[in-house]
Amino acid sequence: MSKIRVNGKEQEVEVPILLIDLIKKNDVAQPEMVSVQINGEFVDRGDFNSTLVNDNDEVDFLYFMGGGSQKSLPSPSKEGVNETSNLSINK
Amino acid sequence: MNYTEDQIQRYSRHIILQDVGVEGQEKINNGKVLIVGAGGLGAPVALYLAAAGVGTIGIIDGDVVDLSNLQRQVIHFTPDVNKAKVLSAKEKINQLNPDVKVVTYYDLLTSSNALDIIKDYDFVVDGTDNFPVKFLINDACVQAGKPFSHGGILRFEGQTITVLPGTACYRCVFHAPPPPNAVPTCSQAGVLGAIAGMLGTIQAAEVLKYLTGVGDLLTNRLLTFNAKTMEFRTIKVKHNHRCAVCGDHPTITELIDYEQAVCEIKNQA
Repeated sequence: MSKIRVNGKEQEVEVPILLIDLIKKNDVAQPEMVSVQINGEFVDRGDFNSTLVNDNDEVDFLYFMGGGSQKSLPSPSKEGVNETSNLSINK
Repeated sequence: MNYTEDQIQRYSRHIILQDVGVEGQEKINNGKVLIVGAGGLGAPVALYLAAAGVGTIGIIDGDVVDLSNLQRQVIHFTPDVNKAKVLSAKEKINQLNPDVKVVTYYDLLTSSNALDIIKDYDFVVDGTDNFPVKFLINDACVQAGKPFSHGGILRFEGQTITVLPGTACYRCVFHAPPPPNAVPTCSQAGVLGAIAGMLGTIQAAEVLKYLTGVGDLLTNRLLTFNAKTMEFRTIKVKHNHRCAVCGDHPTITELIDYEQAVCEIKNQA
């Protein structure tokens, strides 16, 4: 068993381990959606099946995260907007 | 800038702050910041930038206030339901600080208007919840050489990175938007309301740091936190030479309107 760091936390695994197996071992919900860095270098998603993680490697899983504002099309009938907007962009 | 006594009083806690002072406060008062999305992230960003006296705040959002927004979008109040978010936000900013000029765009940011809108601003804040617009903001800002702050929240977690010309961009880290509906949005998976405030105030602090030139920006570092454990982490990220928009051989030279999630398209009908 050897020590690697995954998202900053030590993990004991048998190395070398295929990156895709490490992804599975860490229960990454959507492997096709995760961005991975090993020792600060990005790994192409197409290379998850062929990239080996070795002793003392630092692995970061970075996930998509949406955010604040929900998106929908403007409805022109909403009151008050046209009078008070000091600028609106016409598409 | 000649400050009135009221303005000196209003901004006194900045002015007495050693790294800011009158000089820094003047930079804030002269700053022009565009906030994309007047939602969970845009709300705290707009309030703190308005309180700080950012000279011009642009807000673009094509949505109206919904009752379900009020759990976290603190710039909108119960009587604002059904009002355009940009209008609701402008009203609060005007009440909070009449020094601030608010420019509203009751519209969506698209490939056809993005460059034209952002050109008037010093800094852009991404407060959107959908990946097509997050990538659009990134690509437009990279192409226009505009600094911006990416922010994302989901459930109990948040992430943010500040991007300046030449530093690692959002696309360096995340390459391309996930397929529609592959990654849940806050409206699908939920979000703890206060998370929006935590992340949005970090973005607002980055804007104020950028305008005043104080401190080290969150560049080439992705800050992530999980409120369940209250653990914060910054992950070093490098400019990606294979990045499609800012790499050595960029393949993206025009802005793209990516397909949206199905549920969002339904909402537009």
